[in-house]
Amino acid sequence: MKSDRPKLLRAYGDRAGDGLLQLSFTLELLPSPIAKEAARRFAEAHGLSEVLVTCMEKCGPEHTYFVVYGHSQHVVDLSRVEVTEAEIPDLEKSEIEARAQKLARKIVVVGACTGSDAHTVGIDAILNIKGYAGEKGLEAYKTFEVHNLGAQVENDALIARAKAVGADALLVSQVITQRGCHKHNARALVERLSERGEQGSFLLLLGGPRIDHKLALSLGFDAGFGPGTSPRHVAAFIVDRLSRKRGLSCSA
Amino acid sequence: MGLIALDPALVDRCRSLSSDIASEVQRFIDAHTSVGVERTVVRALGVEGVDGQGTPLVNTLIDRLARAQLLSRGAAFYLGREMLRRRVSLQVAAEYLAYDAAEPTPEGGESYAQVAAALASDNEQAIARIDAARSERTQLSRSLQAAETPWKYVIVATGNIYDDAVQARAAAEAGADVVAVIRATAQSLLDYVPHGPTTEGFGGTYATQENFRIVRRALDEASHALGRYVMATNYSSGLCMSEIAWMAAVERLDMLLNDSMYGILFRDINMRRTFVDQYFSRRIIARAGIIINTGEDNYLTTADAVESAHTVLASQFINEAFAHRAGLPDALIGLGHAYEIDPALEDSFVTELAQAQLIRQVFPRHPIKWMPPTKHKTGDVFQSHVHDALFSLVGTMTGQSIQLLGMFSEAIHNPLMMDRYLSLKATRYVFNAAKHLGEEIQIRPDGRIAARAALVLRKACDLLEVVQRETLWSAIARGAFADVRREPTGGKGLTGVIAKDRDYLNPLLHSLEAA
Repeated sequence: MKSDRPKLLRAYGDRAGDGLLQLSFTLELLPSPIAKEAARRFAEAHGLSEVLVTCMEKCGPEHTYFVVYGHSQHVVDLSRVEVTEAEIPDLEKSEIEARAQKLARKIVVVGACTGSDAHTVGIDAILNIKGYAGEKGLEAYKTFEVHNLGAQVENDALIARAKAVGADALLVSQVITQRGCHKHNARALVERLSERGEQGSFLLLLGGPRIDHKLALSLGFDAGFGPGTSPRHVAAFIVDRLSRKRGLSCSA
Repeated sequence: MGLIALDPALVDRCRSLSSDIASEVQRFIDAHTSVGVERTVVRALGVEGVDGQGTPLVNTLIDRLARAQLLSRGAAFYLGREMLRRRVSLQVAAEYLAYDAAEPTPEGGESYAQVAAALASDNEQAIARIDAARSERTQLSRSLQAAETPWKYVIVATGNIYDDAVQARAAAEAGADVVAVIRATAQSLLDYVPHGPTTEGFGGTYATQENFRIVRRALDEASHALGRYVMATNYSSGLCMSEIAWMAAVERLDMLLNDSMYGILFRDINMRRTFVDQYFSRRIIARAGIIINTGEDNYLTTADAVESAHTVLASQFINEAFAHRAGLPDALIGLGHAYEIDPALEDSFVTELAQAQLIRQVFPRHPIKWMPPTKHKTGDVFQSHVHDALFSLVGTMTGQSIQLLGMFSEAIHNPLMMDRYLSLKATRYVFNAAKHLGEEIQIRPDGRIAARAALVLRKACDLLEVVQRETLWSAIARGAFADVRREPTGGKGLTGVIAKDRDYLNPLLHSLEAA
């Protein structure tokens, strides 16, 4: 991605380079000409010029909701953009199965929403046979053995189950993110594993709407999966890592 | 909307099967109590307070009786006996039983009748307190403008009860008819109810008696200011479902999320515990005149909304049968369902319409709770807003009673004040624009909607036939609902279930059942 030639990007509205975009927000004051001017200046402070306040409505006892349009001054130099993403080979389900068959046994995966989190939508989408958006979950893979423990699973229970079934990978889903509780819950598992001397025993995968690979790495996981992840991505990542670990060739 | 031609014999058959299914479980319920039920009884009789660590007195008391294996006669028995022996008030008797150096023992000659008589006055006051709260609630709502159905229901979930109160008032002012305070996600698995106001909670705010009072006060103020009654909702679920039902009853809540099977399926609470607890909670709820909201909408977040639509209907019949056994009239049974079909499917709207109309027709007197799309929501807030608009259109066309509004920021974060406002504004538009649309529409007897509704009804009936033969315990164990499997002896809270003795004493239940 890196190159020396700057590649500058502006928001594309009606024409290339116009920087036109929309913002909506709430301010703690009631609608008035002053409120409208305050909203305009608020937008200007975000780098918008020629600001148009297109909507100003009272939305709470002392609150007003605004929609504004304006031309953003800001530019992104694409040549300087770097991201940390999990290395996931682009494999079809059949290719994943073929690679997994080279491993000695089925790949055992244990998944759970840990700690206080009760939202299984994400883990179910990845693991359950029904999957998500027309793509089957890991349960549908013949080479995978899946244990979905569901919601509010204690870390000790997760670790115990993972050991009992001889898990290769642990999938932890964190949906609720209020005041960083997803990070807290995720970190707690890693700490628990290290307390029990189980660090490195399992491939650790973290998923959720506010999770990315960089965050997951910083919390001590092997990979992070955010919105738009499909079961195939997760399966491909796991099979790739396990193949490498066991010194198998990376080509299918 | 014009009626779909459904086979009334099939609907009757579903009701009769569900009645058998619930009766089989009810035999177990009637023979058992739980630590949750017993805590509720002593709370209702007037025991209050917490120790230095914040452990409620009722927990210390009931845990002690449980350890001494005395709960089979009912906590009330030992409470009344202590009052007689020490000639003290109920509260002081409870403190002795909980904290005295001497462990409680079963010995003693006091008879059931003597002890029941000692508790009679406290028990009458317990019932009177529920009745007074109900009457205050009814008077206030009658003195103000009533909301039109579908009632617009929104949630607040800041984690801090004082912020919740601000958000609740804002929501009321923006047009909400019902405000629910979402519970902290871990609370369902706590085997005690926290005490006092709370300002920290993840994914929601703890349900406590003081928190109920704070939100009800905020909504009372909003109701008076707006000239229309705004309803308050919370969750009677989890390991403390009956204690919370009692708190809601005396703090004038209008609705409670309360389901006969939700805790089993989605919180892995033991099924025996859940069945026992749901019954007692519903007895209190019935006395308080609170509307329950059942949780079938959740089935469709784990199972597919097209394939598993019949499991929602079958479960609604079962929930209804359990509710009737707890004395709830149809007008208080808010059966839940949801708009969760994959929006990418052709005719997904048509299929939703068929399901919504089917439920409306099968349960005509019930305040049906209609839940918004969540499963197929992404971070695309603009598309999400359109998705919600179609959901609202189905709600008004088919005359759903309680409409939980969709939020365009679903799948991103808890609703911001602005999100809730925009949702209310859009819903008001749809409800008003399509107010009489339903009345103008006849359903083709040979069309897609009628065929879909008939299919779902037939499959629900087939499922109920199987469940009736195998019993509900086995059906849940093999994953008949929500694709979730639970064993009768698995899950949390089983040790808190106790078989009743023949001379089990529970004056509150006795009064509630006699009504």
